[in-house]
Amino acid sequence: MTGRPPLLSVADLRVAFPDGPTGRDVVHAVRDVSFDVSEGEVLALVGESGAGKSLIARVLLGMAPPTARTSGRVRFRGRELLGAARSGYAGLWGRHLALVPQDALSVLSPVHTVGDQLAAAVRSVRRVGRAEARAAAVAALDRVGIADAARRAGAYPHEFSGGMRQRAVIAMATINEPDLVVADEPTTALDPDVREQVLGLLAALRETTGAGLLLVTHDLDVVARHADRVLVLYAGEVVEYGPVKRVLERPRAPYTAGLLASLPPGEPTGSRLLPAIDGSPPSLREAASAPGCVFAPRCPLAADPCRTRRPAPVEAAAGHLVSCHRRADVPEVPTQLFGAGEAG
Amino acid sequence: MTPLLHVRDLTVRYPGRNRRSPVLAVDGVSFEVSAGETLALAGASGSGKSSTAAAVLLLRRPDSGEVWFDGRELTALDEPALRAVRPAVQPVFQDPYGSLSPRLRIRDAIAEPLRVQGRWDPVAGPARVAELLDTVGLDARLGDRRPHELSGGQCQRVGIARALASDPRLLVLDEPVSALDPSVRAGVLNLLVELQDRLGLAYLFICHDTAVVRHFAHRVAVLSDGRIIRTASARSLHPHPSGAARPRTTATTGKAATT
Repeated sequence: MTGRPPLLSVADLRVAFPDGPTGRDVVHAVRDVSFDVSEGEVLALVGESGAGKSLIARVLLGMAPPTARTSGRVRFRGRELLGAARSGYAGLWGRHLALVPQDALSVLSPVHTVGDQLAAAVRSVRRVGRAEARAAAVAALDRVGIADAARRAGAYPHEFSGGMRQRAVIAMATINEPDLVVADEPTTALDPDVREQVLGLLAALRETTGAGLLLVTHDLDVVARHADRVLVLYAGEVVEYGPVKRVLERPRAPYTAGLLASLPPGEPTGSRLLPAIDGSPPSLREAASAPGCVFAPRCPLAADPCRTRRPAPVEAAAGHLVSCHRRADVPEVPTQLFGAGEAG
Repeated sequence: MTPLLHVRDLTVRYPGRNRRSPVLAVDGVSFEVSAGETLALAGASGSGKSSTAAAVLLLRRPDSGEVWFDGRELTALDEPALRAVRPAVQPVFQDPYGSLSPRLRIRDAIAEPLRVQGRWDPVAGPARVAELLDTVGLDARLGDRRPHELSGGQCQRVGIARALASDPRLLVLDEPVSALDPSVRAGVLNLLVELQDRLGLAYLFICHDTAVVRHFAHRVAVLSDGRIIRTASARSLHPHPSGAARPRTTATTGKAATT
């Protein structure tokens, strides 16, 4: 916890989509999600495909799919964003809120040079001349570690390697010094060495500019090394939320324990089989209609209350919230809970 | 024991564009893989891992070098002769959705290799497909679905079932779990271990995640700029936090140790 006032505060966020043959029913893809991000803080949003982490990120940025219906509160510097018109967001994008997407090619134009695109980003926010915008573009490329930035600014995205493109996108997202950067799986497509460089770069930028960073990822290694706090999502709900050290060293929710157990061990264990979580995540409809805990069908600790009542978030330790009826029974060593070899 | 696969002095060149000189993607690579063994190819993007795999699969003929598989030199074979060997060497790709046709039902995707190879038996075929689904831990009912209705992990299991349909002896696994979530990845890796133990399959395993290589592979060959810079026991890989493949020992450079 940084003790600073939250930059972004999300409370009871729900996101629903039309469902059923008439489209009149709705199914909730995100249910009662609350968290906040402070200045200079890195909060990791962790979960597997379909857990809702990217959807949450899009909703915060005002980029939710058109059919999505949202409720709850999303306050950015005290200002309510949920339900704001697109025009309300237009003043925030780039200047205050920025997105680093997973796929750099999806945001870079193939027909303009990288330098021109960065300069356009500057001029979309600040009234500066072309030469000044150009200089800012080159400086931004230099900041993200692109060698010979002045010359490279004249190159097209396809002339960059994957790692360089991702750096260019980070340069673009941060060129106007936004208050909050949302990075949606920013390194999934990169190889490990480049991944470390890019994450180091994002971490360094929040130190120099004081920006908050919401890091969406499914990689627990990345969380361990680059985030301050972590929010673990499963099937659209918060499972566990707290300081990274506490959550990863002593998970209180069986799902978090299962994620940790399924990582290849640092030291050989004698078995070539990994502990795995049985079964697969529920569909949107199954998750939304479950009377009890959404993880219960796959949980080795599931008992009666788990199948009938949704667990409410409870503070397991200072700043460490857990939604689990059996939180007191989760063993200290995650692998004790999950057997190896069951097909997941 | 004679290795099942023996690659000698493999070289792959790509023509340079705009009058640039050709790119040497694979530069004199040699290694061996035995039945029941997993050899990992590690290295950064562009180090030649996938080009090596493509050459082993004879998807792209190498510019020079030899690929010995089960006592035959594959680069010397013509297309018809290769076609007879190909079922025994099957690929599993990284992108579980991209490697399946969106229009084919799962059961037809698994049957396709048999049909193409002229081995499809309309009586016994459907049972064989059901058996393959069961082998990879999927419910037979999923056979009626199409790829977009399946999760990433389920699609990757279909990719493995499809490879198994040809009764292969060597699987070339090109980043088979890189696109999967951790808990799903564990299940797919466990499946591959079980298949190897049961069927004695050899794996050529391309992966840039050191922790996965250490856990899953027996040996590792580290590639850099198209060359194998060292071959070592996978356990000797240093669990470097960046995930970059760096064997702890330097004493094991040189020839691949045969098991």
